[in-house]
Amino acid sequence: MSSKDTILQRLRNRSGGEITAPDCDFSVLRRPDWSTGEKLDLFQKMIESVHGEVHRTTESEWVGVLAGLLQSRGARTMLVSPVQKIGLALKEAANSRDDLPDLLLYDEAIEQWQEELFTTVDVGITSTRGAIAETGSLILWPSADEPRLMSLVPPFHVAVLYASELYATFHEAMQAQRWHESMPTNALLVSGPSKTADIEQTLVYGVHGPKELIVLVIE
Amino acid sequence: MNTTAEQSPHQIDVKEFHPRARAALGDPQIRKNFRNAMNGLMSKRTAAFEGWDVETLRDLGANVRMRALANLPDLLEQLEQKLTENGVRVHWAVDADEACRIVRDICVARDAKSVIKGKSMVSEEMELNHYLHEQGIEALESDLGEYIVQLAEETPSHIIMPAIHKNTDEISKLLHEKTGTDLSHDANYLTASARLQMREKFMNADVGVSGVNFAVAETGTLCLVENEGNGRMTTTVPPCHIAVTGIEKVVPNLEDVTALLALLTRSATGQHITTYFNMISGPRKTDELDGPEEVHLVLVDNGRSTIYQDDQLLDTLRCIRCGACMNHCPVYTRVGGHTYGTTYPGPIGKILMPHLIGLDEGRHLPSASSLCGACGEVCPVKIPIPDLLVRLRQEAVDGDRLHPGKVKGHGAKRSSVEAMIWKGWGLMHAKPALYRFGTGIAAKFRKLQPGKIGGWTQYRTAPALAPKTLHQRMKERQQ
Repeated sequence: MSSKDTILQRLRNRSGGEITAPDCDFSVLRRPDWSTGEKLDLFQKMIESVHGEVHRTTESEWVGVLAGLLQSRGARTMLVSPVQKIGLALKEAANSRDDLPDLLLYDEAIEQWQEELFTTVDVGITSTRGAIAETGSLILWPSADEPRLMSLVPPFHVAVLYASELYATFHEAMQAQRWHESMPTNALLVSGPSKTADIEQTLVYGVHGPKELIVLVIE
Repeated sequence: MNTTAEQSPHQIDVKEFHPRARAALGDPQIRKNFRNAMNGLMSKRTAAFEGWDVETLRDLGANVRMRALANLPDLLEQLEQKLTENGVRVHWAVDADEACRIVRDICVARDAKSVIKGKSMVSEEMELNHYLHEQGIEALESDLGEYIVQLAEETPSHIIMPAIHKNTDEISKLLHEKTGTDLSHDANYLTASARLQMREKFMNADVGVSGVNFAVAETGTLCLVENEGNGRMTTTVPPCHIAVTGIEKVVPNLEDVTALLALLTRSATGQHITTYFNMISGPRKTDELDGPEEVHLVLVDNGRSTIYQDDQLLDTLRCIRCGACMNHCPVYTRVGGHTYGTTYPGPIGKILMPHLIGLDEGRHLPSASSLCGACGEVCPVKIPIPDLLVRLRQEAVDGDRLHPGKVKGHGAKRSSVEAMIWKGWGLMHAKPALYRFGTGIAAKFRKLQPGKIGGWTQYRTAPALAPKTLHQRMKERQQ
């Protein structure tokens, strides 16, 4: 008998008999109908409490805000998607302005340029699929257009969030976006920069992932 | 503590609990490290649940876990089917040895020589690193705490904070000796140098091994909770990702995860959420530019299906491995994680390990508790840990006719003298005449009472028997 059959048989022939499944009432997770403004305030408070940085801006101004933030950090290269909306906007902006770092497009498989990504790229810039107010979490669904490592390997991660895509809770976001129907190969909630407290509970940022997380909220 | 620290886990004799406890109690550094850490974790947990209806949330957590366990075999099959559709290969392991062999075979098939690991308690249970090392495959821990513990050739002393028993000075010296890092008390510097060393390893690793916090059957999704990003690195950078998990980790719906996640991070570290919540549903698709080309899931039983048989013991399997029970345990806080000598220390270890290693090996575990009940009160999925401790204590002495022992190694602590004494006690209390006779004799010959009664009189004076029994005194009053 295979191990699978052995395990399943043991579970199915349970000596204690059948277990009654209790009902699960998820209403305790529900929050009031917050306005976008309230959700944004809470989101900002929560993500700032874990060292995330939030800048409220507009569709026409965010590139300028980004340029200023990256200049102040001395960033030399930024990694963007070659096809996604945010990436396209930056590609276009890079033609007309000289205050942005060098633009790098994530357009070939990681195997071709892993060393470069790990050692030379300063900033990864990604879109988001909304965010969660209650916990201050960004929702990221990396894809072929916006690969997984963009938000992980560079020391700075900039995420662009539309305020209209804020949800109160994880539960609400998941239901509204109908996640159960189809999940991507990788989905993420990101709440602040990478951190550890493994050395005598001293909080340190940027242990494996980004040292800083900057969120540009487009209102 | 230091004597065990130098030993590898499989050399530790779990039965030697008392000498280790004594050593830990006499070590001010250990006492201080744990006391400080546990105080911090307890207050952070309380703060994180502020404004929540915690009892209702815990009820939901318990129900979600119970519902999953009620349908466990079906859910496991559904999970396998969904994952297979998504391109993930699923393996089943009856015990830790088989699980180790499955991981090795995957490595061998890929000609893999180096494995990078995210934090996984099941892999600790399997002693996977040790096994792979014997097979000529190097496994490196990437969680900073696990990395420190691995460099020190120790085992984790806490399931969430593996290196909590070490202070900065000890870690600084360790990193200096083993990796050539400069001596420093700056946690930022120490972490930054570990980051650099680890990046090399991530780039060159052939296989990444991780644990799983929740496995969702309806979508075939593996969920991982972490702060450092090493879990994402482990599951994204190497060309092959192997996830190992206990069979009890499956839940039916994605929705279930929202409740368990809300409970897990708040209970564990007092965080509203961890930095990363990573949901993996398949390997890299042909048009994707990164991610592993191969993803495997190893479902490990290792004694869980035995726990599953009994209605009371079943509650043990609700555990979501948050560690809140140890953070709040007065015994754990004083003796530290290594004293237990087991993969899972603290209250959850005391109710889980006897099933994995047997009550003969783990005979002291259920007794290493004051039954104060703190663990049961904070458990996010309401596992009645104190009740289970009492049950296992009964099992250790083989219980009675109504509660016969079932757990592996039951009856290990049974002594025929003790059993006879209790039998006599039972008989005496069932027959009034015998009771009066017995207490009367005891009162009469009270001068012969021994002054020392084993452990009882170690810190107390023995209670003196009264010259008259209560029955005699009541009778005199009535006259």
